[in-house]
Amino acid sequence: MSKNLILYTIIIVFGLTAPFIFPAFKVQLSILCVLIVLALTWNIQGGEMGYNTFGNILFYGLGMYLCASVQVGMFFPLAEWTESGGEKTFVHTPTQFFQGIAVGLVFAAVVPTIVAGLIGYAILGLRGHYFAICTLGLGVAAGEISGGIEIIGAGQGFTTPPFPDVGGLEARGEFFYLLSFGALVLTFIAVRAIYSTRFKLILNAIRDNEDKAEAMGIQTMKYKIIGWMISAFFCGLAGGIMGGLVGYIDSTDVAFDGREMGVFMVLMAILGGKGTLWGPVIGATVFHIFKEGFWTFFLGWQYVALGVLIVVIVIYFPEGIMGWLREKYPERFGEVVDEADRKAQVELK
Amino acid sequence: MDFMVFQYPMISVQACLDGILLGILFALIAYGMALQWGVMNIINIAQGDLVILGGYIAYFMYLYGIHPAWGVIVAPFIMYFVGVGLYKLVINKVVDRDLFISILATFGISILFMQLMNFAFGADVVLANSGYGTTFLFDSAVVLPNSKIFSAFISILFAICLVIYMKKSKLGRAIRATAQNARAAKILGVDTEKVYAATFGINAALCGVAGALISITFTIHPYMGLPYTIRSFMIVIVAGLGNLPGVALSGMGLGVFEEFADYILGTEFRIGAVFLLLVLILVYRRFKLSRKREYLK
Repeated sequence: MSKNLILYTIIIVFGLTAPFIFPAFKVQLSILCVLIVLALTWNIQGGEMGYNTFGNILFYGLGMYLCASVQVGMFFPLAEWTESGGEKTFVHTPTQFFQGIAVGLVFAAVVPTIVAGLIGYAILGLRGHYFAICTLGLGVAAGEISGGIEIIGAGQGFTTPPFPDVGGLEARGEFFYLLSFGALVLTFIAVRAIYSTRFKLILNAIRDNEDKAEAMGIQTMKYKIIGWMISAFFCGLAGGIMGGLVGYIDSTDVAFDGREMGVFMVLMAILGGKGTLWGPVIGATVFHIFKEGFWTFFLGWQYVALGVLIVVIVIYFPEGIMGWLREKYPERFGEVVDEADRKAQVELK
Repeated sequence: MDFMVFQYPMISVQACLDGILLGILFALIAYGMALQWGVMNIINIAQGDLVILGGYIAYFMYLYGIHPAWGVIVAPFIMYFVGVGLYKLVINKVVDRDLFISILATFGISILFMQLMNFAFGADVVLANSGYGTTFLFDSAVVLPNSKIFSAFISILFAICLVIYMKKSKLGRAIRATAQNARAAKILGVDTEKVYAATFGINAALCGVAGALISITFTIHPYMGLPYTIRSFMIVIVAGLGNLPGVALSGMGLGVFEEFADYILGTEFRIGAVFLLLVLILVYRRFKLSRKREYLK
């Protein structure tokens, strides 16, 4: 336990000081935090529960739009703001900005949770690939529909309030970094906490055999919905922060971006190893470093690289980094290894 | 919102006819999807991108001065080899695995195709002009481009040919046997690997035909693939695998639904309506089955 404590202390200290040590990477680090949050929340469905969702992007985009709309709508008329040039006529004072983002983030987290609860009963009754395709449709539909709604900017996008000038300090990067790091810590603590309870075992039981879990007297639907609501809460929060960080919301390219974020979260969790606590964190970090490090070399071929990457990871590396480590060093994962058993398995292969 | 559709009955007639002609095309794509879903048990998210690729073949013939209708003959040939190549490279590694793996892998292929087409053909919305003119019905109240009628006719022709081919030919029989029980077919000497490759090739060829027709009748764009995938998926789950009249009917139904959604909700919500309809259909089926304590399989 003390070893873990040291590890967490190092991570927290590094996380808090990172923007001051690497000031050039503030935005990248914030995006990394958001990506880890998304991968962790996807893992609750895809990894632990066995419900491979493409639809968590719905909560992310919803949180993004809600946070920005509340932030603007609390002080200024929203319709005038989203008509081009609104952000030039209305200026948030520092107090208004921080009040707005605080209330906005609460909305961004709570409303998607409620939405998840409401649609959960209908959607989570589907299984396997029907669930995957249904949630894929849900995410794309949300993007298409929000792209047609005038008050949140429709096709031309929505500019989030610019960061106010607090006494000449250029603290925008630090502010959003700390916000996203806070969200990451919060998510990690929450996920870690639920993974150490019976709840996780129930989710695993649903993944392994839902009918048997039901036969054992577990109200599977209830737990599935709760799991989805937890995901939605943190996805919405991450979306709200990301909206402020990017500064511009577009329906299909930023908010409900199934082609990027929606696939990234699946890919990161699979790359790291689904069904583990640390897998998504490692996967997101590796993926983000790879993406930022090599994306610039591809010069417009990013999506081609992304497509190839998806195919390669899914086909050749479906167990992920943690799964690979687990196979290599099972003792480290607390698995008791019987030599005879291992030999028998080798023979079977 | 626009309720003109209810005030002028001729608009409804127009929407119905447009929808039916469009729906026949959808049904052709869905037939390909049903075929490879039934035989190989994978869901191909890149289906729509194969359609668009077929469309670009016809479009390029048009650019080089050949009448795009010949694309209907050329596109399936090229797309067959694209399909077989795709199978040899990627699909054969996901056939026997979890369905989600196939969904994600073909999603990756879809992103890859989208971007490659974007590089090769540009991001413009294009259309291959067939120059077939238009037909006016009911005192010019209903306008039907002849290209739509042509494409519906060609789709039906191809579908009939394929049905006969599947019934009569040796490969068709092998494909049907593999769909019923791959293992038994293997024991009885069917080279399932070849059957799978051929199935995927035929599916891609059908997509090529549909794409060539779409490039004549409507417009194509590198990023327009996913809606076609979702439409064909929807048609297949409504009709069920291996139910050909059902596929044709639900395709036409979907076409009519889309045209009406276009008139009533506005064009910007058209794709949204399609995706939402998919969600609604799945949820409806789920509630219907859950009464019997079953779920969609």
